[in-house]
Amino acid sequence: MTNYQSQNYIRISATTITPPAARNREAEMSKLIDVTRCIGCKACQAACMEWNNLRNPVGTFHGTLQNPMDLDPETWTLMRFTEWENDKGDLEWLIRKDGCMHCEDPGCLKACPAPGAIVQYENGIVDFISENCIGCGYCVKGCPFDIPRISQVDHKSYKCTLCSDRVAVNLEPACVKACPTGAILFGTKKNMTDWAGERIEDLKSRGFENAGLYDPPGVGGTHVMYVLHHANTPTIYAGLPENPTISPTVEFWKGLIKPAALIGVAAAAIAGFMHWVVAGPNEVQPEDEEAAERLIEAKAATTRPPPDTGGRPQRTEPVEPPV
Amino acid sequence: MTRPPGALTRNDTVTRINHWITALCFILLAISGLSMFHPFLYWMSGLFGSGQWARAAHPWIGIVLFISFSGLIIQFWRDNLWNRDDVAWMKAIDRVLANDEEDIPEVGRFNAGQKFVFWSMALLIPVLLITGLVMWEVYFGTATSIPTQRAALLIHSMAAIAAIIIWIVHVYAAIWVRGSMRAMTQGYVTPGWAWRHHRKWFRSLVATGSNGPRPNVTTRETRE
Repeated sequence: MTNYQSQNYIRISATTITPPAARNREAEMSKLIDVTRCIGCKACQAACMEWNNLRNPVGTFHGTLQNPMDLDPETWTLMRFTEWENDKGDLEWLIRKDGCMHCEDPGCLKACPAPGAIVQYENGIVDFISENCIGCGYCVKGCPFDIPRISQVDHKSYKCTLCSDRVAVNLEPACVKACPTGAILFGTKKNMTDWAGERIEDLKSRGFENAGLYDPPGVGGTHVMYVLHHANTPTIYAGLPENPTISPTVEFWKGLIKPAALIGVAAAAIAGFMHWVVAGPNEVQPEDEEAAERLIEAKAATTRPPPDTGGRPQRTEPVEPPV
Repeated sequence: MTRPPGALTRNDTVTRINHWITALCFILLAISGLSMFHPFLYWMSGLFGSGQWARAAHPWIGIVLFISFSGLIIQFWRDNLWNRDDVAWMKAIDRVLANDEEDIPEVGRFNAGQKFVFWSMALLIPVLLITGLVMWEVYFGTATSIPTQRAALLIHSMAAIAAIIIWIVHVYAAIWVRGSMRAMTQGYVTPGWAWRHHRKWFRSLVATGSNGPRPNVTTRETRE
């Protein structure tokens, strides 16, 4: 998305200073996707394309309702269909609306090297500011959910914005507006968590004893949450990670290595300068030139000049070095 | 090029051009790479026009550097082979740093410090190339798994920092040991320089009547 600055930033990528923090913190918002009420109509997918003006070229049919087969720079939300057999041998059709989870602790933002290319608003939305994006793909490596996609046309990274432009003017995200069954809701994180609690109670009373809310603590919670009938095994929902966290590799790279490297480079430069101050340059002395001259002369003296080389004898001699 | 009489060739023209292509690439890579490494240094991407340009140019410069550095490996590897004297030289590093090179083993074309720089770069640059290809979003963004790319990023960053620190050592040594810079710009050193810093090399040149950079080969024909 672009930057309208109608929301306060609480995090800005590749920025070491504190973002402007004077304005009061507003309520954290969240989208709640109730997988148990989804009928797989893909109205949300269509509404996302409609609002965000995304027109992915028509693809090919792969024998599944899922279309396209994966997220891409022009597909920011995708219904993922899974046929799953439960332990009673019954088929369950698991349909999960995939897209950015808007983590409270966003791995993409942590990995991003371009200042202001990824921001987190006060309401919890994580947004890509395209004009600052350099297309390096570090956000892809930072994301625990494999969400961002880099365009090969403009080399910018794209993902769901949670309709930050709509939310900024008090509208609900386009997918929420379009959902015909109320499977996608939007509100304060507290309201959504409370509502999910009621839903889960209802599901449990109807035999889904593992029903639960997916709000993974490993990333500080998310601003897109799922109600799942089988919250104990989220991976059956097209690979929803069980306990997503920012990869330790990314944490190490962006945590310890970054300052340690600068200190190391600075230390090397300072050590060089200090050596110059303490020991100074190593200069050739007249004695060195004299010693070298003596060696060359000694060599010339031991050489019998053959008649045809006119006194340039060294080339024809054996290798024994004179001392 | 005007050279004082008796000057010895330290690096011939091909070597020097090859070295400076590598050096230019290294500096450009360090600038663009560091700009993508730490927010403090992001401004350096402006030297390339923008962050997008720095990101786009970096891998291509890396390819040129790898090819160019391969040329240096071919020219230098023989004279950088490690030997027993290098261990003694390393043990006497405090004397070397104090500019006192008497009573330490005589040095061939390269001393142990130079060999360390050479072999470190010879190791780090291929590592940087391979990890760099893995994370080259435009061409190989989906060629490997995301965990592989994460590891590549970390290794690439650490190898790059190591290379930059070694590069600082290399540059400082060239400033510190007077006459070394000219050996790579104009290509020659004086006999006194060779005597002081690379006596074994100097002796072999004198013995075979070579004026550098390598001793002449003495064969049966030339001996007779």
